[in-house]
Amino acid sequence: MGDHQTVAKVMATPAAVDAVADLRAQHGPVIFYQSGGCCGGSLPMCFEEGDFRIGDNDVLLGFVGGAPFYIDPRQYERWQHTQLIVDLAEGEPEGFSLSPADGCYFVTRSRVFSSEELNDLGITNS
Amino acid sequence: MTVTTDTTAATKVYDAPGAPGSVVTLKPRYDNFIGGHWVPPAKGQYMVDLSPANAQEFCQVARSTAEDVELALDAAHAAKTAWGETSLTERARVLNRIADAIEANLEMLAVAETWDNGKPVRETLAADIPLSADHFRYFAAEVRALEGSTTEIDKDTVAYHFHEPLGVVGQIIPFNFPLLMAAWKLAPALAGGNCTVIKPASSTPWSILKLAEVIADVVPPGVINIVTGPGAEIGKALATNRRISKIAFTGETVTGRLIMQYAAENIIPSTTELGGKSPNIFFADVMAQDDEFLDKAVEGLVLYAFNKGEVCTCPSRALIQESIYDEFMARCLDRIGRIKQGNPLDISTQMGPQNSKQQLEKIMSYVDIGRQEGAECLIGGERPTLGGEFGDGYFYQPTVFKGTNDMRIFQEEIFGPVLAVTTFRDEAEALRIANDTLYGLGAGVWTRDGNRAYRMGRAIQAGRVWTNCYHVYPAGAAFGGYKMSGVGRELYKETLTEHYTQTKNLLVSYSSAPQGLF
Repeated sequence: MGDHQTVAKVMATPAAVDAVADLRAQHGPVIFYQSGGCCGGSLPMCFEEGDFRIGDNDVLLGFVGGAPFYIDPRQYERWQHTQLIVDLAEGEPEGFSLSPADGCYFVTRSRVFSSEELNDLGITNS
Repeated sequence: MTVTTDTTAATKVYDAPGAPGSVVTLKPRYDNFIGGHWVPPAKGQYMVDLSPANAQEFCQVARSTAEDVELALDAAHAAKTAWGETSLTERARVLNRIADAIEANLEMLAVAETWDNGKPVRETLAADIPLSADHFRYFAAEVRALEGSTTEIDKDTVAYHFHEPLGVVGQIIPFNFPLLMAAWKLAPALAGGNCTVIKPASSTPWSILKLAEVIADVVPPGVINIVTGPGAEIGKALATNRRISKIAFTGETVTGRLIMQYAAENIIPSTTELGGKSPNIFFADVMAQDDEFLDKAVEGLVLYAFNKGEVCTCPSRALIQESIYDEFMARCLDRIGRIKQGNPLDISTQMGPQNSKQQLEKIMSYVDIGRQEGAECLIGGERPTLGGEFGDGYFYQPTVFKGTNDMRIFQEEIFGPVLAVTTFRDEAEALRIANDTLYGLGAGVWTRDGNRAYRMGRAIQAGRVWTNCYHVYPAGAAFGGYKMSGVGRELYKETLTEHYTQTKNLLVSYSSAPQGLF
């Protein structure tokens, strides 16, 4: 987690970036928080900034279309060997997550980092 | 009524709801159930309800807004004093009548549930619906026998403790067991003398409305209010509302955290059940004999495919002692390879479609991650080609990956029929792997050694450890999470007294003597 990291821990597809811009125009600033567990777990949940309280322990993974993307530190430990890629898919969002566009919701896709990328990120335990 | 798997039933195929000859009547549109009436949504909007079996719309339900939540809360508040003062005898009678109505409509509700959720009708007939009825009976029995307590503080001073209702509660339930989860939440709430506003999941909003049709006559108006619609709109409007005295939620961790945050803002209690990544542990001695117990253990592993893996306690991590791995796994894979997928309304179907396109998408994404992580796919790993009228349904093959516990497919609830298998050398390693998870909802231990079963059961950090069984959900056995799996317990007696009532203490002096302080 050095200052000079070149590998993004989270990124977004162009469709997701556009959707974030639309949401921002509609709702003001928004944030993402990676979910886990039952049902709609594994989805990136999107909220108006200030709605979901970010705690001191939460990990800021990066930005998606300018919106901060957070994850639970315990979950990050177990997900850190993968890059998260926020995308759009057809369907309704789960939980209380904002709907990015009619009939669409955000999904997290994942890519396993190469060992070079893990080195760049200072991650050794994978 | 009990459902048996007799041979004549094994060939039965139910007609889809609304089809001529179906046991389920179907209207094109369903409104909210508020104050004992069917109330159209304030803004007049409706949303489509699909059956996951064919991805086709079969009805529409209210796409409610915050105004509808307020209407439901009005009705609940109008009913709460009378219901809260209703005698325990009468409350128990209402709960028993709900159970009677569920049983009298068992087939109808089972078919409705199957069509809305996708789970095979043999499960809804034998498990979901009978367990729902029994759940109401359990809490009817508990509340009928409910006692407060008294403490003699001293000769003239007595402390009386009463279980008083909370008032109006908000309840948000998931899509995986729409009716059973409703029963888990409604029964203790009503038993405690509370009125409720309940929101079903957006992808399974309909079966609970069919339940409302058959219990409308036996529940006083306003005691149960059902509002359908999107979580971001009405789930939030309900959970943040200052007119609820408690919020209960089953779902994923971020919404769970929001629920607790909203509860904190209003200073009300919450209960949350947030899923798991349950280990199912098989010690070598299960293969000490080739007998009925070994057969049961094999089935115990294959239970990861129960309800197509859409279970908070899905035994989605199998830990197998390495000395039996090859032979035990071969038996399991043989059984898995024979799982029958297809029309969920066919009584012989063992696995129906996933609940939604979103769930299917998630499963495919995790299968992709598993492959990238280097896990070995032992069976499945793609969508089945069913063709015909179910060709567009959200089906996925029962899948097994072999890998290591640090892989994401071992760490995150996929909520699909995807099993992650690994091996262990000894009991200590089994325990370490079992507890190496963020969650702690369920676990399974299989062994012929009772002492080891007990040691493991006590050492596993999970709220429920099934020992030589799995996926049984009787009322009377506490259910809830350790670690990130949530806060609170359902399904047993303290659910009523700890989570759906509050304790009133009357501290009474029967002495005339002043305290002498002033």
